[in-house]
Amino acid sequence: MNALNQTAAKTSTGLMSILFVALIGATVMFVAGHAQSATLHDAAHDMRHATGFPCH
Amino acid sequence: MIQRMLAGGLIAGFAAGLLGALLHFAFVQELILLGEEYETGALVHFAGVGEGAAEASQDHAEGEAAQGHGDEEDGGSALTRNGLTVLFTGLIYAGYGLLLVAGFALAEHFGRRVEARDGVLWGLAGFAALQLVPAMGLAPELPGSVAADLADRQIWWFGTALATATGLAALAFGRGVMPAVIGGALLAAPHVIGAPLPEGFHGVAPPEVAGEFSARVLGVGFATWAVLGWLAARLWSRDA
Repeated sequence: MNALNQTAAKTSTGLMSILFVALIGATVMFVAGHAQSATLHDAAHDMRHATGFPCH
Repeated sequence: MIQRMLAGGLIAGFAAGLLGALLHFAFVQELILLGEEYETGALVHFAGVGEGAAEASQDHAEGEAAQGHGDEEDGGSALTRNGLTVLFTGLIYAGYGLLLVAGFALAEHFGRRVEARDGVLWGLAGFAALQLVPAMGLAPELPGSVAADLADRQIWWFGTALATATGLAALAFGRGVMPAVIGGALLAAPHVIGAPLPEGFHGVAPPEVAGEFSARVLGVGFATWAVLGWLAARLWSRDA
């Protein structure tokens, strides 16, 4: 029983960590690639064009 | 678990990003600068006749002022500009790297081990979902070309990336007919809906440059993603 609980706990932490890392990745992609603040846009401009993101 | 993912994704991402930046300066940057010369009017593409030609010459006059301004700050700003491109290319591939290792971890969670040799396929699938397939509707934009409303394009872009990634995963990991049908439908859906298009095609940059630009962007992305996938999976399987 105890072992079962531990497995369940381990599994759910696993999914939470996966979600967490995926969210960081998606956030980085959104901020670097898509956010429309003028400063960010100018700084990331060439990369955005060269990565195929919709730029301006 | 988290440390393994973060470390592997970030290291592989930044390393692949540096390669991406190198390839960017070898193949892509010169075309961006060329496109900008048309965008500012420093160069004028053959603009046809009538109204188009008149507009182009007006742009030219405005563009010369803009170009002059650009020349003054050329020395320092070119360095800053290219430095930022290296930084942001590293950053964007670090983001891709994190998404990729999250995918590895998810596969492993469901009992699929990811070996180093699988990494290239994962990388190419990432390239397809985040660059190649969105580019089928929204070609990489050369400065000086026209496009539809930005928000509409971003929505289509995100929808396409998500549908393509999910569709590929359903095809790769699903068992039986249903996942294949759903996967196929997800791959097709963005193109049935269609990408937002501009009202007319009146870009000032030559289509020859834009075509070359798109092809080079996709080629550089292809190579960088393949290396990213390989590197991320190598780090991932080594740490297992």
